[in-house]
Order: sequence, then structure tokens, then C-alpha cells
Amino acid sequence: MSDSTTTKLPKDTAAEKGMVNIQVDGHWIQVPRGTRMIEACKLAEKEVPHYCYHPKLSSPGNCRMCLVQMGMPPRPNPGEEPSYDENGFQKISWMPRPVIACANTVAENMGIRTKGDLVEKCREGVMEFLLINHPLDCPICDQAGECGLQEFSVQHGKGSSRFKEDKVKKPKNVKIGPRIRLDDERCIMCSRCIRFMDEVAQEPVLGFSERGTHTTVGVYPGRELDNNYGLNTVDLCPVGALTSNDFRFQMRTWFLKETPSIDTNCGTGANIIIWTRGNKIFRVTPRQNDDVNSCWMPDSHRLSYTCPSHDNRLSAPLIKADGVHEETCWSNSIAAAGEAIKQFEGNEIAIIASGKQTNEELFMMRTLAAELSTDLISIIPHTQESDKMLISEDRNPNTTGAGLILGLDDPTEKLAAIKDGICNGSIKAVIAASEDLLDAGFSADDIDGLELLISIFNTTNATAQASDIVFPGASSAEKRGSMINVTGRLQKLNAACIPPADARDDWEIISDIILAITGETPEQAPLSIDQLSEIISNNIPQLEGKNLANISELGEVIIDTNVTIPLLDRETQRIAQGEIVG
Amino acid sequence: MAIIKIKRPQLTIAEKLYLPAVIKGLSITLGHAIRAVLGKTPGAKRNFNSSGMGITMQYPETKWDDQLPDYYRGVPALVTDEKGRERCVSCQLCEFICPPKAIAIIPTEIESDDPWAKVEKRPQVFDIDMTRCIYCGMCEEVCPEQAIYLRQDYAMTGLSRAEMVNDKERLYEIGGVREGLVNKWNEIK
Ligand code: SF4
Ligand code: SF4
Ligand code: SF4
Ligand code: SF4
Ligand code: FES
Repeated sequence: MSDSTTTKLPKDTAAEKGMVNIQVDGHWIQVPRGTRMIEACKLAEKEVPHYCYHPKLSSPGNCRMCLVQMGMPPRPNPGEEPSYDENGFQKISWMPRPVIACANTVAENMGIRTKGDLVEKCREGVMEFLLINHPLDCPICDQAGECGLQEFSVQHGKGSSRFKEDKVKKPKNVKIGPRIRLDDERCIMCSRCIRFMDEVAQEPVLGFSERGTHTTVGVYPGRELDNNYGLNTVDLCPVGALTSNDFRFQMRTWFLKETPSIDTNCGTGANIIIWTRGNKIFRVTPRQNDDVNSCWMPDSHRLSYTCPSHDNRLSAPLIKADGVHEETCWSNSIAAAGEAIKQFEGNEIAIIASGKQTNEELFMMRTLAAELSTDLISIIPHTQESDKMLISEDRNPNTTGAGLILGLDDPTEKLAAIKDGICNGSIKAVIAASEDLLDAGFSADDIDGLELLISIFNTTNATAQASDIVFPGASSAEKRGSMINVTGRLQKLNAACIPPADARDDWEIISDIILAITGETPEQAPLSIDQLSEIISNNIPQLEGKNLANISELGEVIIDTNVTIPLLDRETQRIAQGEIVG
Repeated sequence: MAIIKIKRPQLTIAEKLYLPAVIKGLSITLGHAIRAVLGKTPGAKRNFNSSGMGITMQYPETKWDDQLPDYYRGVPALVTDEKGRERCVSCQLCEFICPPKAIAIIPTEIESDDPWAKVEKRPQVFDIDMTRCIYCGMCEEVCPEQAIYLRQDYAMTGLSRAEMVNDKERLYEIGGVREGLVNKWNEIK
């Protein structure tokens, strides 16, 4: 090109930005240098079917489903100058053989075809091989409905099998750990589970044995897949080879409704999806958030959801008369609570809030304390050793939020004073929410010595037993609200179910108690959680402009806490070393 | 021109009088009435299994059941195969497809000591609410295991809504055994 000296070529402008020009299905785009071809196709919004590739794991390239056609400019003869077309790109010569898109990186002026005869034929071939020994298990397979094999066999498979021989038999229904079942006939040997256990969980108990069509996934002899991150392999498995005992045969996935929310078992606040049908929770799975939990979550948290139908749920307000709890209605119990609280002076009342409460509930607790003119309000610390993966040592999901909302540097700082007060009898009434006081270091004698104990719980416990009035609240899967995790990230919970029977959202209960004390009309209280969240954003400077309607599903950092999540640190390191895409 | 003019037919005097046509009609009716009283309505016995007192079938005293074709779509029911195995694996496809949501299934795992343990899954609860069912046959069509069929029963009655729900036991009772179906759970696989 004659004016190539005066105008810059696209390759030079791209190189300045650390990018390269590539052509995907006829369209030229710029992608960062070093991008995998499969990720480049994703940027170009072209789907490349794949099984073994996962951005958070190494890429062994062993399923061959991601084959695409690649082309490069021809190598110039000695002394020949490369020629450019009117847009400044070189002509692409297409290779006669396909390449895998998951393990190759892009180069300047590269061409990728994700469609066309060659690519289609490759996919059909790979699909047919994958299905040769595959059992006809879809009607009993838990993966059906979200199975990679089903999806791509609709697109690229044949209607019938040409395989006349007997299928290879492999172990089925193998208990490889306390929570996981393996069906080797369904396995497509993608090795995702093996790589996850090795690279992320760092407990390499899975591996392949045998060769060829007899290749079998299994656990190391004498070992079990009992790692606390083991169930992530079930999510990773593109087929139904690994299934979770907890979800096994419970419900077909296409009946389930997905609600994005966050885990409330520790301060990390892993992003999750709650899968429900009707008012029942069927499973909880991790939701990708690269700043919180990557794609994973611990089994212990995944399996500890509280269903509205659990036996130990509280379903009606209870008032204790002659030592026995009796069910009553909301208006009675709220009025009784208001009357009872009014008997005490401000400094005779302590409020035990909780780091398990949402910012909205904590704000109502703070308002309640202000109405009663007591400054004895505290949350209860729950700390245990961190697992150096995702589980934070702070087992309260919202300690950071509690500090912010209650306006205390350490939201537990009043706890000692409250304990002393209860011990020496200067505190006569306690209002507790979501915390079992006996678990939190209060003695049964202390509790019995109180003149009034009002509590809000969603499940029964010893403190509820000892309370004069018990209000049934909502579990974390039943409420909207926001929390701030240990890294200072504001995240939100969404309601996947509705509370059982007469149980209600906690903030409404606290709000009604406040109204009963002040004697104000209901119009003077927030009318909805959205309105409450609006009030909070106007009251707390750090939350200005943040309300439930505009917090994104991935949340946003609002406080700098200098806390990091060990698993993410390792992930960042591996991305930097080029081991994974990330 | 695309318009064709048609001449009105010229009626004869008899036609203009109407009366002959009325008498002709009445005599046909009278003929049928006499034959009905004599129990000689043509085809009544052979085709409709009726008493012969006219073409009307005296339901429920007389029924048409043995005349029902194989493809008759009556009450949907579950079937067992020649080995006595319950064919349904509770894949819940019928529950999904059923337009009026008449089917409710709770799946469960087959115990490991069961002779058919390798099938792994079966329904624990299988209810079809016959006040909802519209006899569309979609469940039969969608079933990948050939486990649910619309059988010949059509007279579902009950004194309450609860009675109109067929549970698993009742469904197998109605469905009975069906032979010669595709069986993928045999020895080879
Ligand atoms: S893994 Fe997929 S294709 Fe295989 S049986 Fe299960 S749902 Fe069907
Ligand atoms: S069990 Fe699943 S994840 Fe593991 S290799 Fe087989 S198909 Fe892949
Ligand atoms: S479709 Fe067939 S196998 Fe599936 S649940 Fe219904 S009857 Fe059972
Ligand atoms: S026949 Fe139609 S309406 Fe009746 S149960 Fe089957 S799918 Fe539902
Ligand atoms: S995804 Fe590329 S080879 Fe498996």
C-alpha cells in the first residue's frame, strides 16, 4: 500500500493499546493480546461449544468440542513485502485442519471461523464419539435440563446412533464421598472435577484410570471426596456424572426458580442462587462474583439453608403465660410487647442486635434503641478460624454493616457492659433478635433473672424458650435487604420464599414494636423495605445514594477494610502466572 | 363477463302446495317410530349394543365398552410391564407438559435391596387430579419410558374433590399390565 508510511495500519494502532486485530466469522474486532481464542469468540458474541474449558481452571484441551477453523496471513516470500487490503488487513489463508479454541491464544491478523462445513463436521464427529457409550439416562439423570451434552446434541448431534456394538459398562451410582454420587457411564472425561480438586481445593483425590473408552474417573484408593469444597465439582461437571446427594432426585431443574442472593453463614457473603419451587428451597449454588467467591462456595454453607417448611420454624407470635407459651395474634402480641417495655426506664433496657441482621433490620434496632433512650445496643461476635479459602473467620455476615449502621467502630463494644448489667441486675429487660443468648456467653441464670425478655427468631432455640414474648421472623432466604461483607462490599439479599404461616419480615416486627411504644400511627413508619432503604441512604453518609433498587447483583465496595479473601488471592496469582484465564 | 345468471326453477302445483312434502316427512318419522316399537331399529343392536328401542343407547344400563377402539383416550393411568416392574421413573416430563397441571409427582430413590435398584428412581407420590385432566393425551405422548397411557375407563365419578384424585396405587390398578413395550432396563442396558 502506497500510503502505508503516512497512515498507521490497524496492527500498529492496536499494538499501541496492547491489542490485536482478529477476524471472527468475517467481522474484525480488537481483543487484548494473549486472549484465548475461545474468550475472543465470546467477546465477539459467537458461541463455541466446550466441555473441558473453564476460565478458573487450567486448560488441558482434552474434550475437543471447541474445535474452530483458524487462518493466518501467508508467510511472505523472501524479499516480498506483505500486502494490505483497503482496510489495512492482510489476506487470511485458512488452515485445512481445525484447532482447539480453548488452549490457543490469538495473534495479529488471525481469522477464526466458528461456523462453516469443517467446524460443523468436527462438532458432529466429537458429539457422536461422546455419545457412543453414553447411557440413556436422561429420564433419571439430575443433570437433565442443564446438561451440556443434551444442549449440544440438540444442535450438533444425530437423531439416532450408528453404534451397533454393546456399550462399555462402567460403575454406576458410586458413593465417592459423604455428599457426592458418581456415575461413570455418564462421564465425558473432561477432567474438570480432577483439576478443581487439584488446583482450587488443593486436595487431589480424583483421577483417571484405565485407557481409551475404558477411561474411568475415580477417587484415590482408600480416600473419599469429603473436602468441604467438593460439591463444586457437581456444579462444574458438564454432565450428570457427579450429582449431589442432597439434591439427588428431589426435583427436575426446569421446575426451579432462580433467585440471586448472598450466603449469610460467614463474613465473605458468597454470591449464591437459591433454587425454589413453590415455597420450598431445593438447592443453593454459587453465583460467579470474581471479587467475592469466584465461582465456588463451601459445602457447609451450601447445605445450611433454612426452608419455610422446616419443623423447627416459628410460625406464630407466642406469649408466655404461667410458664407456657401460647400462640396469639400479631396485634395482641405487639401491644403486649409495647406495654411491657414501657414499664422500664431507658437504662434498664438492653438491645441485643445481631451481625446476622441486614442493614435495614439493624437500622430499625438502632431506631428502637433511640426511642427507648438506651445506648446499650450490641451485636454478638462469632469468630472461628478461617479455612484459608472462602470461609472468613468472622462468622457474622454483616459485622461491617452493623458497625456502620450502629455508628460504632466495634459493634460489640457494649456487650461487656450489657453482660455486667444483666449480672448485677441493673438491666431488667432485654430485646434480642436472631441471637441465641445462651450460645453467646450469657448464663441461664442471667436470662432467668430478667424481668422481661422479648425475642425475634425464625427457628426455635433456648432463648426463645426462655422469652416472655417471641416473634416469628423471616430466614435469610425470605427477605430482601443489604449486608456489607468483610471486604467492605455492599451486597443484597433477595427473597426466594415467603415466611411460613404468620411469620413476618424482621424489620416490620421491629417497626411495629416501635409504633407500639411511641403510639404513632403506622403512616409514620416506613411503609416498605424500599422506603426504609431510602431512609437509610439519607441517614448514613457512606450509603448515600445506595438503596435496594440500585445495588447491583454483584454489589459494590463502599468501605475500605483491607481484608482479602485467601482463595481470591491465589486466583489472582494464578492469573498473573498465566495458568488460568480468570 | 364473470357473472352467470341462473334462472329460478319453475315449481309445479304440487310443490307449491307444500302438503305432499310434509306428508312424506311425517311418514318417514312414523315408519321409524313403528320399527322402534317393534325393536327393529336398523344397526341399534349391532353397532350400539342398545335394546333396539330406538337408536338411543340406554346408558348406563347398556354400555359401549367392548366397542371402544384401542386408541380410545380415557382416564390416564400408569402401567407395569410383563416383569411387574413399574415403568415410571418419575422424570416429571408429564407433570411439566400437562396443560391443566393435573399431575403432581414426588420422586424418590429406589432402595439398594430392590431387584430393580439399577433403575435408581421411581415416584413416591403420583397423583392425577381428574377434575383437572382434559384427556388430551400429552402425558402419554411425552413419556420417555412408555409408562403412562390413556386407558379405556371414562366414567370417573366421585363425591368429593379428594375422591377425584387418582393416587399411585389407583393409577396402577386402572393401568394394569402392558406387554411388548420397549424395555431399556433389560440386561444389556
Ligand atoms: S448426562 Fe446429560 S445426556 Fe447424559 S444422561 Fe444425564 S442428562 Fe442425559
Ligand atoms: S465426572 Fe464430570 S467433571 Fe469429572 S471428568 Fe467426568 S464429566 Fe468431567
Ligand atoms: S413422563 Fe412417564 S416416566 Fe416420566 S414421570 Fe410421567 S409417567 Fe413417569
Ligand atoms: S391427559 Fe392431558 S390433562 Fe390429563 S393428565 Fe395427561 S396431560 Fe394432563
Ligand atoms: S474445551 Fe477445548 S478441548 Fe475441551
